[in-house]
Amino acid sequence: MSTETRTSAFDIRLIIAVLTGVYGIVLTVLGLFVTSADEIDKSAGVNINLWTGLALIVVTLLFVVWVRLRPLRIPVHHDEEDTSAPH
Amino acid sequence: MQVVAADLRLDANAVDYVLLAVYFALVLGIGYMARRHVSSSIDFFLSGRSLPAWVTGLAFISANLGAIEVMGMSANGAEYGMPTAHYFWIGAVPAMLFLGIVMMPFYYGSKVRSVPEFMLRRFGKPAHLVNGISFAVAQVLIAGANLFLLASVVNLLLGWPIWVSVIVAAVIVLSYTALGGLSAAIYNEVLQFVVIVAALLPLTIVGLYKVGGWQGLVDKVSAGPGGPEQLDSWPGNQLTGFTDNFLSVLGLVFGLGFVLSFGYWTTNFVEVQRAMAARSMSAARRTPIIGAFPKLLIPFIVIIPGMIAGVAVTELQGENKAALMAGDEAPSGATFNNALLLLMRDLLPNGMLGIAIAGLLASFMAGMAANLSSFNTVFTYDIWQSYLRKDRPDGYYLTVGRVVTAIATVLAIGTAFIASSYANLMDYLQQLFSFFNAPLFATFILGMFWRRMTPTAGWTGLVAGTLSAVTVFILTESGVWNLPGQGGAFVGAGAAFVVDIAVSVAVTMVTQPKPASELAGLVYSLTPKETRTHETTGEDAGWYRKPGLLAGIVLVITIVLNFIF
Repeated sequence: MSTETRTSAFDIRLIIAVLTGVYGIVLTVLGLFVTSADEIDKSAGVNINLWTGLALIVVTLLFVVWVRLRPLRIPVHHDEEDTSAPH
Repeated sequence: MQVVAADLRLDANAVDYVLLAVYFALVLGIGYMARRHVSSSIDFFLSGRSLPAWVTGLAFISANLGAIEVMGMSANGAEYGMPTAHYFWIGAVPAMLFLGIVMMPFYYGSKVRSVPEFMLRRFGKPAHLVNGISFAVAQVLIAGANLFLLASVVNLLLGWPIWVSVIVAAVIVLSYTALGGLSAAIYNEVLQFVVIVAALLPLTIVGLYKVGGWQGLVDKVSAGPGGPEQLDSWPGNQLTGFTDNFLSVLGLVFGLGFVLSFGYWTTNFVEVQRAMAARSMSAARRTPIIGAFPKLLIPFIVIIPGMIAGVAVTELQGENKAALMAGDEAPSGATFNNALLLLMRDLLPNGMLGIAIAGLLASFMAGMAANLSSFNTVFTYDIWQSYLRKDRPDGYYLTVGRVVTAIATVLAIGTAFIASSYANLMDYLQQLFSFFNAPLFATFILGMFWRRMTPTAGWTGLVAGTLSAVTVFILTESGVWNLPGQGGAFVGAGAAFVVDIAVSVAVTMVTQPKPASELAGLVYSLTPKETRTHETTGEDAGWYRKPGLLAGIVLVITIVLNFIF
């Protein structure tokens, strides 16, 4: 059972990107089409759904770019003791 | 459990619940994926020592950014204002830098698997047992405090009964920590950090718009109860409870800044464990230093919303704030612990509301997961393997770790009720830290730099220090010595530190030290420089990966912030 390919599939940066991406898109859509004038009044006149949504989309793009530029490398075991352990 | 008369029910709708569900799906997904990498006990308890520094650095901060921190510090912000920032600047950053620069080479270099194990190698069994057991007990108590806050918040926000939210939360935390071990906890802490910032930063911005910008906040706080001194972090008399400025500053610098904070950040295994999971000595040293950058900025998204709530939320402003500061009940029935929730209720539309709730629940769960993942390590390695069932195959201890995690979860449900009897949870936590951590730091620092210090001095110092903190606690609780605010905890910590040093030195003079050959790697003067320094090649190369330089940058920013506020 090789863990190498799975290791490279599990990258916390992509999980963060999924979360901020989903949140960003949902909030942007809400801010553009759903959030009522009353709600904007409640937030001191700021359409906070829209702005947060856009900011989260930017964060998502940054994480995706980071993953593209520096992909996760497959860990190489330096320790001798690790070779005896089942992989 | 107190019944709050103020209406905190948030108007969450389907969108908010969907956003919440997305978060929980990812949390459990991380647990499931992390499980595939767990094949030995080191994988489970220390993530196989394989994580990059930015991950462990963010986890280092998030593990501490639990319910108590977020709710407690915004409560402190509403009550005391900017002096609360001391918990971050004076009370965390210098100690974190010290951990990375001075202490981490011993922790990581000696390859111990836990802080109590370091005690075992440096001072032998009695000190090891005292440390191991007191740490385990403290973790269960604190996990209970996190669980109680989680349950009461879910109850207030969404109307779920307390017992339902306790069990649902406990089951979720248990499932990912028992499956994926420390990796699952750490990865979730990183995710939690992102959600918390995504929740609190917009809340802060909207809040500032609401009160008319920074100047509006300054004007309103100055005019309110507490007055303009709530806008400067120094001297912080209201926070410490000292009327004298000099004593207050002394209490902050020595009590909070030195003893409490160094005790907490440098010897608390919850924190140190995150650095031990790093993949190299350099990454381990950078862990607390990288964590210090966000730590400097968190006050702005935790304390400022609290201050805004204290002047902008109907239930907390004016006479309500005055009554609460005097120690009475507010006419509205709200407490400072509600500050953040009330502000969310007043300001956030559906959508942002869902993210804010996700952020709060995330921090509660991550705090508890951090307690559990450090508890199971100490219990398995330092109590079970060291004293009760030695020399079993590694797989046996892995199973023990999972079972112990489940037992600790059940215990935490019980301790949740102890936490429920304290109005200001931060007071309660400071008390616990002063009992366990302040003497620990004294013993560590003496033991790391004074090779003559004996094993007997190790445990007698710890016990004497803890007892003196308990004595101060009883004196202040019974009213013999009157210190309102959090001054009692500062004095207790100071007493514990001084007594520990005094007893350790006295006992060392009359007992036998360990031979020098057994102390290599554990004591400064007996550790070769090579084993204390880190690699600077490959993934540890580059100026931006130098621990010393990074620490210098953090220090400069800290000093600048202290001058501004």
